[in-house]
Amino acid sequence: MRARQQLDTKVRDRTTHVRGVGTSPPRPDAPLKVLGRFAYASDLEIDGMLWGATVRSPHPRARISGIDISQALAIRGVATVLTAEDVPGHRFYGIKVADQPVLATHEVRYVGEPVAIVAADHPETARRAIEAVRVDYEVRAPMTDPEEALSGAGDLIDPGGNVARHVRIRHGDVSSARSRAEVVVRGEYASGVQDPAFLGPEAGLAVPDGSGGVDLYVAAQWIHDDRRQVAAALGLDPSRVRLTLSGVGGAFGGREDLSVHIHACMLALRIGRPVKMTYNREESFVGHVHRHPSRIRVELGARRDGTLVYSKVRLLLDGGAYTSTSRIVIANASYFAAGAYKVDHVEIDGYAVYTNNPPRGAMRGFGAVQACYAIESAMDSLAGELDMDPVELRICNAIQEGDLLPTGQGVDGPTPTRELLEHLRRLPLPSDRLVAGEDLRRLPGGVGNTTHGEAVVRGVGYALGMKAIGFSGGVDDISTARVSVSVAGGRPVAEVYSAASECGQGIVAVQAQIVRTELGIDSVTVRPADTDIGDAGSSAASRQTWMTGGAVEGACHGVRELILERAARRLGRSQGDLVLTPRGIMTPGEGEALLHLADLLCHDTIEHTFVYHHRPTEPIDDVRGQGDAHIAFAYAAHRAVVDVDTELGLVRVVELATAQDVGKAMNPQAVEGQIEGGSAQGLGLALLEEVQVEDGFVKNASFTDYLIPTILDMPPMDVRLFEFPHPDSPYGLNGVGEPPTLSSTPAIVNALRDATGLDLPRVPVRPTDLIASLHGDGSPGG
Amino acid sequence: MLIEVTVNGRRRTAENVWAGESLLYVLRERLGLRGSKDACEQGECGSCSVYLDGDLVCACLVSAGQADGAEVVTVEGLADGESLHPIQQAYVSEGAVQCGFCTPGLILATHCLLEANSDPSDDEIREALAGNLCRCTGYEKIVSAVRLAAMETAVG
Ligand code: FES
Ligand code: FES
Repeated sequence: MRARQQLDTKVRDRTTHVRGVGTSPPRPDAPLKVLGRFAYASDLEIDGMLWGATVRSPHPRARISGIDISQALAIRGVATVLTAEDVPGHRFYGIKVADQPVLATHEVRYVGEPVAIVAADHPETARRAIEAVRVDYEVRAPMTDPEEALSGAGDLIDPGGNVARHVRIRHGDVSSARSRAEVVVRGEYASGVQDPAFLGPEAGLAVPDGSGGVDLYVAAQWIHDDRRQVAAALGLDPSRVRLTLSGVGGAFGGREDLSVHIHACMLALRIGRPVKMTYNREESFVGHVHRHPSRIRVELGARRDGTLVYSKVRLLLDGGAYTSTSRIVIANASYFAAGAYKVDHVEIDGYAVYTNNPPRGAMRGFGAVQACYAIESAMDSLAGELDMDPVELRICNAIQEGDLLPTGQGVDGPTPTRELLEHLRRLPLPSDRLVAGEDLRRLPGGVGNTTHGEAVVRGVGYALGMKAIGFSGGVDDISTARVSVSVAGGRPVAEVYSAASECGQGIVAVQAQIVRTELGIDSVTVRPADTDIGDAGSSAASRQTWMTGGAVEGACHGVRELILERAARRLGRSQGDLVLTPRGIMTPGEGEALLHLADLLCHDTIEHTFVYHHRPTEPIDDVRGQGDAHIAFAYAAHRAVVDVDTELGLVRVVELATAQDVGKAMNPQAVEGQIEGGSAQGLGLALLEEVQVEDGFVKNASFTDYLIPTILDMPPMDVRLFEFPHPDSPYGLNGVGEPPTLSSTPAIVNALRDATGLDLPRVPVRPTDLIASLHGDGSPGG
Repeated sequence: MLIEVTVNGRRRTAENVWAGESLLYVLRERLGLRGSKDACEQGECGSCSVYLDGDLVCACLVSAGQADGAEVVTVEGLADGESLHPIQQAYVSEGAVQCGFCTPGLILATHCLLEANSDPSDDEIREALAGNLCRCTGYEKIVSAVRLAAMETAVG
């Protein structure tokens, strides 16, 4: 592979530090986390603080004819109650489009929409106060069916029309290619609403600074963009709004949109006291966006030998009541709707629509998850029609370096699609027969003692996924980092200043590893992220290690130059003759350090700030959806082995094996952790997780009724990392967080299909979908 | 009401406790012990797990009044000063901690398991930890951490 030889020349100056890049030192925050001393946003406390709470709409659609706050204000302990009229600045906000009211004005568009906010001396007082706020609603019939929204028949939810975006991609000529296809399969695949379900609730603490500005401590994915939105709503110059990242208890896209941010600041500024807001679990289910539910129609044409001839896909995502990231989620879903395959003739139409359902937005995989589920289901259907091995079908069509995407962009960078599938195919399968007396815990239904192996069938399924890494479509995305080196206790120490959000993925550890590798300094501290530091961009799109890793690496190079310049002057030698090593400043090849770093620096601090940019991209055009929109691509594949009790519809995933190209495993343990966790979320979407929304109402807003995988649901995982260096990235790394979430779901569903022979056109697959006797014709209802 | 509890060996009192408050609220908001987490407050996630008179319970489901006079051990009571308990050390070294919100509860659940069964099989580990949700790790490294902790505590 070309990329393999392209290791960049800067490597010469890198050290092989025992806790540097490519090693798995313990994460710096882990000791505090295991001790229970790590301060998450919901743990924050400050003297004199009050508690905020939110009045939310009980209707999916209604006009507001009046709000009476007097009874709430009369409750002892209530400090203030605010409504839309109290919003000091812009009354609408949004991550991409400012269309969501900070507090509802004349109408509400979804159940849970914020209408008023209160601050009180005890969370329970605040809760009673929100119940005492009287809102008069004129209830209207909601529109909750995305097909109706798309048809244009219903009322307008959004004044601009009910289609948030139509993405149109035309590549080759599908109508003429149709006649050349010898085999055609068609399917419609649907996915339910998945919740990010991070464990740490939405929370923040706003502290007025005494001169009209505010400090906000909050769990977030991108504090700089949050500040932009908060400052606009508060009518303040951004310099007067400072955000500090507090402990983040998971994110997965669900913290890209604001939650408590503006509300906590409004309350704090109004009463001149610190205000803390925390959502409980039920509120959290409406307090953040969900993964878009999808309906995706796929038509694939192929030749008898399995070669794909054309691919025609229509995607419909229900974006809910406000835009959030829907316009780019549908773009991302559409870009990869034809999967990780070479197809010369492609027609893709992707739609995201507004309805009166709760808003949908970013969640790990960002549209590519739904698209991957659909195309990988269709590929198994095609394999069945061709009577071909599903892995063989994938291998013969797998996209390769140089092939064109439906958007016309040539795929570049390592493209080991075949290697991933070959690896999985070669792995031995777990022993396939249930032995008598098998531990019940290894059977579908577990210790529920529902079967001892009767009516249990096994299936094996594969899937391959592909996703762009970083922000596509012409965005000049950046990350900023500052590295400083000084002496403490006679030894050189380094500090990293970066606003990158640590949500649990491990970016803090990686930044320290990079400094050790680049500068050979052992003691590295990564400072807390706040908006006084330059923008690091979002912990999203699997971009953070690449972008902030690049920024830290660049800052280290700047620092090293400054150090060597100073050393050259001190030693009277040419700078080009010197290198910085963990032992000090040396000339290459000589054993003794000429100068120790601590002696060179004495009381001085040397620092450098670096802003990292990725390569330029462009948006796709509106007519044929063509354009070089992507920075890089990442690939993962899964193989799932399942046992299904066909009488009860219960499933046990016996094994989940995965292979992923990570470019360079910066911290192999953390990379595996991302892949295992991402695969678990894919398993959840396949089998368990669905926010049930009926007529706009969420029916299961609790962990009792919304099921995320437990340790019993998760099988042992076999994770294989491939490291094909990416030519454009720092250290050759590639983004790792999202790809495992793509292929895990369809691999499991394909295994269920293999076991049962059922079509299973919808995820999550429910027990009733799997009971053979209910579906004589192999087409489960619903 | 006034609540008296012994937490991690220390006698603590909380005044003006409202009847609806949970043990979790008292620990977190009145006694400042925020190691016990509040991910669901419904008994579903295990992030608030503490020992109450020797039994592992979800502190969110115990009313403050019920805990009056009881002996409570929280995650803050496991380590010996600054040095980590072997279970905590195992979670750190095996990479079983990502966001860490589930971690305090899982560490106590692991402690409870290893007290009863010093050499659990993988199936036993999974069964014992089935009440603790983790959204980040997929549990693979949590199983490894428990295995390591079992080995370490057996040796120690
Ligand atoms: S917070 Fe108590 S079980 Fe979830
Ligand atoms: S590490 Fe985040 S929930 Fe377990």
